[in-house]
Amino acid sequence: MSSLASLLRRRARPIPLRLRGFSSNSIDRASGRIEKLLIANRGEIACRIMRTAKRLGIRTVAVYSDADERSLHVKLADEAVRIGPPPARLSYLSAASIIEAASRTGAQAIHPGYGFLSESSEFAQLCQDEGITFVGPPASAIRDMGDKSASKRIMGAAGVPLVPGYHGYEQDIDLMKLEADKIGYPILIKPTHGGGGKGMRIVQSPEDFVDSFIGAQREAAASFGINTILLEKYITKPRHIEVQIFGDKYGNIVHLNERDCSVQRRHQKIIEEAPAPNISGDFRSHLGQAAVSAAKAVNYHSAGTVEFIVDTLSGEFYFMEMNTRLQVEHPVTEMIVGQDLVAWQIRVANGEPLPFSQSEVPLLGHAFEARIYAENVPKGFLPATGILHHYHPVQASSEVRVETGVEQGDTVSMHYDPMIAKLVVWGEDRTGALIKMRDSLSKFQVAGLPTNIDFLSKLANHGAFEKGEVETHFIELHKDDLFVDPDDELSTQLVYKSAARSAAIAAACLCEKEHASTSESSPGSLSVWYANPPFRVNHFAKRTMELEWEDDTSKGGPKLVPVHVTHMPKGKYLIETGGSSFPDLELNIVHLGNHHFRVEHDGLSTNTSMAVYQKDQFEHIHIWHGSCHHHFRRRNKLDLVDIDESNQHRPTTEASSHPPGSVAAPMAGLVVKVLVKDGEKVPEGQPIIVLEAMKMEHVVKATHAGYISGLRVSAGQQVSDGTLLFTVKENRGDVS
Amino acid sequence: MLRNLARKIQLPASGRSISRRRRQNLPLCPSRYLCSSVLPDTLDRTSDSYARNSEAMEGLISQLHSHILQVMNGGGSDAVKRNTSRNKLLPRDRIDSLIDPGSSFLELSQLAGHELYDDPLPSGGIITGFGPVHGKLCMFVANDPTVKGGTYFPITVKKHLRAQEIAAKCRLPCMYLVDSGGAFLPKQAEIFPDKENFGRIFYNQSLMSADGIPQIALVLGSCTAGGAYIPAMADESVMVKGNGTIFLAGPPLVKAATGEEVSAEDLGGASLHCRTSGVSDYFAQDEQHALAIGRNIAKNLHMAGNMGTQHQRISDFKEPLYDEAELRAIAPTDLKQSFDIRSVISRIVDGSEFDEFKKLYGATLVTGFARIFGQPVGIIGNNGILFNESAVKGAHFIELCTQRNIPLIFLQNITGFMVGSKSEANGIAKSGAKMVMAVSCAKVPKITVVVGGSFGAGNYAMCGRAYSPDFMFFWPNARISVMGGPQAAGVLAQIEGASRKKTGTPWSKEEEEKFKAGVVEAYDREGSAYYSTARLWDDGIIDPADTRKVLGLCLAAATTNRMPESTKYGVFRM
Repeated sequence: MSSLASLLRRRARPIPLRLRGFSSNSIDRASGRIEKLLIANRGEIACRIMRTAKRLGIRTVAVYSDADERSLHVKLADEAVRIGPPPARLSYLSAASIIEAASRTGAQAIHPGYGFLSESSEFAQLCQDEGITFVGPPASAIRDMGDKSASKRIMGAAGVPLVPGYHGYEQDIDLMKLEADKIGYPILIKPTHGGGGKGMRIVQSPEDFVDSFIGAQREAAASFGINTILLEKYITKPRHIEVQIFGDKYGNIVHLNERDCSVQRRHQKIIEEAPAPNISGDFRSHLGQAAVSAAKAVNYHSAGTVEFIVDTLSGEFYFMEMNTRLQVEHPVTEMIVGQDLVAWQIRVANGEPLPFSQSEVPLLGHAFEARIYAENVPKGFLPATGILHHYHPVQASSEVRVETGVEQGDTVSMHYDPMIAKLVVWGEDRTGALIKMRDSLSKFQVAGLPTNIDFLSKLANHGAFEKGEVETHFIELHKDDLFVDPDDELSTQLVYKSAARSAAIAAACLCEKEHASTSESSPGSLSVWYANPPFRVNHFAKRTMELEWEDDTSKGGPKLVPVHVTHMPKGKYLIETGGSSFPDLELNIVHLGNHHFRVEHDGLSTNTSMAVYQKDQFEHIHIWHGSCHHHFRRRNKLDLVDIDESNQHRPTTEASSHPPGSVAAPMAGLVVKVLVKDGEKVPEGQPIIVLEAMKMEHVVKATHAGYISGLRVSAGQQVSDGTLLFTVKENRGDVS
Repeated sequence: MLRNLARKIQLPASGRSISRRRRQNLPLCPSRYLCSSVLPDTLDRTSDSYARNSEAMEGLISQLHSHILQVMNGGGSDAVKRNTSRNKLLPRDRIDSLIDPGSSFLELSQLAGHELYDDPLPSGGIITGFGPVHGKLCMFVANDPTVKGGTYFPITVKKHLRAQEIAAKCRLPCMYLVDSGGAFLPKQAEIFPDKENFGRIFYNQSLMSADGIPQIALVLGSCTAGGAYIPAMADESVMVKGNGTIFLAGPPLVKAATGEEVSAEDLGGASLHCRTSGVSDYFAQDEQHALAIGRNIAKNLHMAGNMGTQHQRISDFKEPLYDEAELRAIAPTDLKQSFDIRSVISRIVDGSEFDEFKKLYGATLVTGFARIFGQPVGIIGNNGILFNESAVKGAHFIELCTQRNIPLIFLQNITGFMVGSKSEANGIAKSGAKMVMAVSCAKVPKITVVVGGSFGAGNYAMCGRAYSPDFMFFWPNARISVMGGPQAAGVLAQIEGASRKKTGTPWSKEEEEKFKAGVVEAYDREGSAYYSTARLWDDGIIDPADTRKVLGLCLAAATTNRMPESTKYGVFRM
């Protein structure tokens, strides 16, 4: 009991560490030790690495592109060096600029974080050549594991189980198709280099093979510069379980238990947890041993992750790949072993041996990580960009970590990954951790751009997730519960009711806030004119607010929720939202300052937060009430800006909206390829343009059969969200 | 500084303190004598009269609310629907969109025109009142197009002129929300020719503009014939595309006169007047846009407020110690029952603090100093018939307030001056004349609230309508006439009896009673608050519980833009 208590006490520190295992006298104290570290990354991971470095007394150097001049990682660092313009290939991927920054600032070591140059063996080699410590694995291990075909051969030789597939050098398309037929459909097409699901495609039937294969090749070439492809058997009911391993430079390798990262969308993880639910201790140690064998086969040191695919039907597991870096989801492991992996990386880079043996690795409680992305969930999780007008993450504690690289007012740009933050929670068991995650998600407030927070909440509250019935197709399998079916009247009505209630509360809070600000700015002699409630002779002041509900769960446009507010005596608000299905509410609002309110209804009072910002011609209102979050907007009716009086036709959104058949860019991005010519006849669903944004390819297709008109973009051109790309016309004659 | 200190030490003796700051300052009050200005709570909430009065007043208020509800619907659902289908708001909603969000609006004479004509004319077909726009109080005059097409009846003209009168006196910028078919032609004789008729609207506009009081017109609908001069004479005017038209003669009249066939829009639409004729200054795409422009114009008005005395922020004040809602239980509906006017004062002044002047002399008139929402006022209230002493005391007190530029509040509940030989011998006429002279000449803001009876010369001395109070309101129980019904019946019966005696026509007891009953009935009807407010003898009927609020709003309106004036009296008969 007391040992558990002491363990928990130790957890109370932000990121606990154990010093006793590291022996300092085995190292030459005069040199070799890192005293200044350059972090060749941005965002939350750069901030997270700096925090550990600072704790260890290591001075930090940030690098930044022009897009990040004022971002958090630059502010946190002791020094910061500009390395180029916003595109990653000219800044964060520019090895030469980063090496130069290190030598300019005298940094002895470079931590690459994840992504960017973290898995570039050339960069690791370059560091070594320049006499700079690369905080990561040896270049040879990166090279071996970076080539997926090569890595599988090495793993096969080391006795690590592999998925049936084709990993040959011969890339002839007909041969590949034959191999695919041999393995059997469904088949997975994957670039041999890179990761994160980029360029990956599932092919259900032989006739789709060629298109997918070509697409995968192109994306691989664009992302990684190498377009070799491998084929694999596609496992229909798989789980993604990975093992965190750690090695020192003396050949010691341990595993720090596994993580389950099955819940994915677009082949990218969104919720990870450690340990994996519903597996036995035996299975855990088998996995761990396989992972350690894999790492040993490439003489690994530093942090690494061995990914396995687990066939839930057969119970078999197969090696997928090894990520030779610190991973995004490393904090869940840190939480269950009570260790700081970045500190381990630095110590191993310094040449220190591992602090403990495999048998000493603890497994404490359970941890979850939810990745909070700027993305448009109903539009197929498309990455989103925008300004973080309101950013109030949940209060952090020893058991709730918020890993973030942004602040309120920052922009999530199209240049980099749209992840806003990682929410990491720890509990004594899975249920305890899950309860904390649900609570934390409901208190994680982001407004200004669409996010996946509400979706993550739905996931966390799903019954199957609660039972740990996770698998990679979880979202697809449970989509009926996770998305509102617009044809299901009962559920849409329920969702609308909850939105109407939020609209009522939002309206009352808006009135209260507006009142506070107008009475503040009113001339002193007229203060009685601004008292609350506003006075009317022999009746109550009333107003109507036309709130439009931005339903983040549906693909349809905003839904109008007319709210009628009556100012009752003593500052109470009587709210009617129209329709008999929704009862009138009588609310008392206490403005606690800033965004915070206390909303009382019928003796029950609830904490409520509201964020308001202006965007385009709308005022956007976000309201967090209890565990509900809703987003509304209302037109700035009395706004005179941009109304040209000489123009009889006021530009309205209706007028500027595109004619039927028009296809607009679903997101901001770079045109990679234009597949047809203007005026060409196309069938429905014909791919027309390939856009790249957020390092993902998006194919823009013909909405219906017809002739392409107005196609003016060309490869290499940047387009913004909503740009008219082309129109599909019924008749050739219509084509201009 | 000194004044603040003085206010701080005037503390409530009772435990019901209002602000925490005040409570912290409690040790500053060393002696109970310093606290003596707090009026005691004398209301017996268990008495029969309390229950009776509350019940009667509840009845009157629910009657009032049902009348108000009626006029809020404008000209009825069909007319409202027609209005909405043209993308037009109702006049009160237009005003709500113009005033600062969450601010108050004091509507005047809501029941003007009540049972005045054969057809109902809700609110007299025009909405008037004032409220702040970008921190500047503005007077709104808004035609109701759903009522008789927004045409002007005699009472409509009167209400429009009254709003202008208040605006001119209080120096409030005027916003005319024009949507009117012009004069109601069948009644032209009562609208057109006289001094206080239609033409006076433009006369007032000219003089106010000359006096630096901004005149702004928003043409939100038609604006025909004489009405065309409202925007034309405005300092700045806005027109809505499609709905707004200005012309001296509409298309039918033009065709009749000249044979020219032209559409309303081409004849006098926004485009014509903003581009070609220059009759209007701002082109609005729709009504919302026009209202937005209206707000913007107010934002740029040179009258930045604070034209008069320096105003400190007056948000720091105490609420009355006693519930304002209890005002509904104080005034008896039977005017023969008397009540202490101090129980009204204690529910409308800050902290229920009232520094009474000359309390022991002429006790039927209560005079004294207080504050309402921080604004200093002199209060004159009736506690019975006016005697010589009371009248002279009243004149004295008015002189004090004019010397110090303190606004006056009259709380009327007066049956008149004392009559009889003793009173006449004491020169009651002379004393009354002094008070009437003082009231007439006083150049401070004056607000009259009739909380009970308003009879005879008492009405004059207590600043009745003829004495041009800045604002005058009635409680629903209030009654007004030259004398009481039974008294008038007695007087008239005596005269009739005498006349019959001369001609030798016999008059039976029954006939005399019937005659008297007829007179009483007529006085009863014509003396009601509704009869008064329908004819604009006041600025509206208010719920007694709103008295403090209404006074506070009016005081701010009456003092904010006004320069203090010095008072000069005529010859006082000594």
